[in-house]
Amino acid sequence: MFIQFFYTLRDRGVPVTPTSFLRLQRALSLGLVTSLDDFYTVARSLLVKSERYFDLYDQVFLHHFRGVELKDPEAHELTDIAKALLEEWLKDPAGVAAAFGIDEKKLKKMSPEELIRYFLDRLKEQTEAHHGGNRWIGTRGTSPVGHSGTHPEGMRVGGVSRNKSAIKVAMDRRYRDYSQDGPLTQAQMGEALKRLRRMVPAGPKDLVNVDKTIRETLRNAGEIEIVFDRRLTDRLKVILMIDNGGWSMEPYVELVQTLFSYARSQFKDLRTYYFHNSVYDVVWQDAQRYYRPERLDEISHRDPETRLIVLGDASMSPYELMYAGGAIDYTQRSTRPSIDRLKFLASLFRHAVWLNPSPLWEWERVRTIGMIRQVFPMYELTLDGLEGAVRRLVARN
Amino acid sequence: MKEQEKKPNSFRGASKYVLDEELAKIVNISIALEMPLLLKGEPGTGKTMLAYAIAESLDLPLIILNVKSSMKLVEALYQYDTLTRLNDSRFGDSKRNVSDIEAYIRMGKIGQSFVADAKTVLLIDEIDKADTDFQDDMLDVLDQMSFDIIEIDKTLKAKNRPVVVITSNAKKDLSDPFLGRCNFHHIAFPEPEMMRKIVEVHFPKLSDEMATACLQTFYRLRDIGGVEKKPATRELINWIRALKSDPDFRPAVLQRGEVPYLGVLYKKSADLGLAAKAIARLRR
Repeated sequence: MFIQFFYTLRDRGVPVTPTSFLRLQRALSLGLVTSLDDFYTVARSLLVKSERYFDLYDQVFLHHFRGVELKDPEAHELTDIAKALLEEWLKDPAGVAAAFGIDEKKLKKMSPEELIRYFLDRLKEQTEAHHGGNRWIGTRGTSPVGHSGTHPEGMRVGGVSRNKSAIKVAMDRRYRDYSQDGPLTQAQMGEALKRLRRMVPAGPKDLVNVDKTIRETLRNAGEIEIVFDRRLTDRLKVILMIDNGGWSMEPYVELVQTLFSYARSQFKDLRTYYFHNSVYDVVWQDAQRYYRPERLDEISHRDPETRLIVLGDASMSPYELMYAGGAIDYTQRSTRPSIDRLKFLASLFRHAVWLNPSPLWEWERVRTIGMIRQVFPMYELTLDGLEGAVRRLVARN
Repeated sequence: MKEQEKKPNSFRGASKYVLDEELAKIVNISIALEMPLLLKGEPGTGKTMLAYAIAESLDLPLIILNVKSSMKLVEALYQYDTLTRLNDSRFGDSKRNVSDIEAYIRMGKIGQSFVADAKTVLLIDEIDKADTDFQDDMLDVLDQMSFDIIEIDKTLKAKNRPVVVITSNAKKDLSDPFLGRCNFHHIAFPEPEMMRKIVEVHFPKLSDEMATACLQTFYRLRDIGGVEKKPATRELINWIRALKSDPDFRPAVLQRGEVPYLGVLYKKSADLGLAAKAIARLRR
């Protein structure tokens, strides 16, 4: 029963397992499910193991039992596309205006916030990707938006310069939080990070050391002498800041995911923030860099012993780093140049490293990498680099 | 519902716990399928309280295992009391037989729920604090309902299968094998209407005006951004208690936008400062 339902869930990306499906069958055969409402609740609690998928489950459920059509991209996933469009608009206003079929002057009157809203609304109108059509978004079409198309002024909405089609990348759920899914490909990476955990004896001496107690008791000619030790506790706090913006980071998404899935389970207190290219006044707690901003000043309240790990390719144009208001994100206005912000962070947390996913031999060629290296010790995001970084982070001074 | 009432072993809520129907179904199905129930949700959504409520409603004793980050699984199962044995061997004035190691095995919380003569409710609180090894190993024990006591080479089997409730604050992801063996439910933060019922359970005599004013203020405060620990149900209940015990307090104060006893709602000084600022801004 409900085999099709099970497979639709799977197709839609809810990780359901055959075992849990069999459990559902058992629940059904026990006569515990008497109505569709019961089935909804029971099947969800048995099949879906994370609230992240509850929404997807609801959609599939409605589709399966009520015949509601399944939708493609979700609203919040469009936010980033809209941002990409905004960037593109600033480079090529005419092209974007033409793509939306709206007067360029009208767009120019809008503030960045209004523009984002406008793009978002337009994106929502389009619920499926048109590949090869002449509609305004999609790939290989004749529309000026999208890329690899035939329109002479074809603009690329984001996109890595290596023949990846931009919108395709965008629509393929690129906006998943790195922290949340992604396969674990390199177990060693987690092991390297595990070493960051520092178990130190802390608190009162309330743990009996049996071996020492016996030895001391014997030395004491059988008169009991109990030896106590302090317990080992992990006291390390970690802040992870990830550059997840900009298409230059796109090739490293997988590496970052690997690092992440492990990091989450390794540390007692791990906070993750996201930024775009470099750090300005604000970093974000959500991967879309939209909903939950946090000011750097707030971060300064944190324990100075917190380990700060910044992950980014540190590659940008120098003005983004050196000038106040150099942020590439137009929604964000900075009061101080980013380099000052980075120095501020480095002064707050004495144990800080920058992990760079781009290969070592490229570093010499990028000016901003050199500048940032003067602020943070930088390590390559490889197993060796990671170990170096970990050594640096656990060092006592 | 009628059918449920006939069954003695089905869960219908308890005196101090407001239950939504969905959750009741999930609890009952977990009991029927003999699966551990994993509850996730932000602090203050009543995850822990649910276990108390189940125990109360089914009239079973409750055993609580509070998970700590440094905890080893064996501590939750049993402890070999070497010190007492050492002491007994030195002084020899106890009735225990020093050469019988079994006399020095003490049951941990999971062990207690296994050896109990009656069925129990076992609450494993904040499982996410422990590392993944702990979680996976524990699930093995709960799956098989038995564990080995190495010191005396004996396998202990559960006399009665306990009703297992596991809570997690969702700070960390739990491992897939762990999730696979549990029944899962995520408790969302209560909606205002639900919260109203919860408040009424705790303060049956609260006036309508007061309840409305408190809840409005509470949900407005929860919207303040940047706060590290938002006030939750527990804070709300304590706050109302504080307001009630103040003879000078009038609900009209809240409608003017003032919030007395803010410290009851915010436990961190940074949060308190932020909230105070936000309130001052809202009043203007």
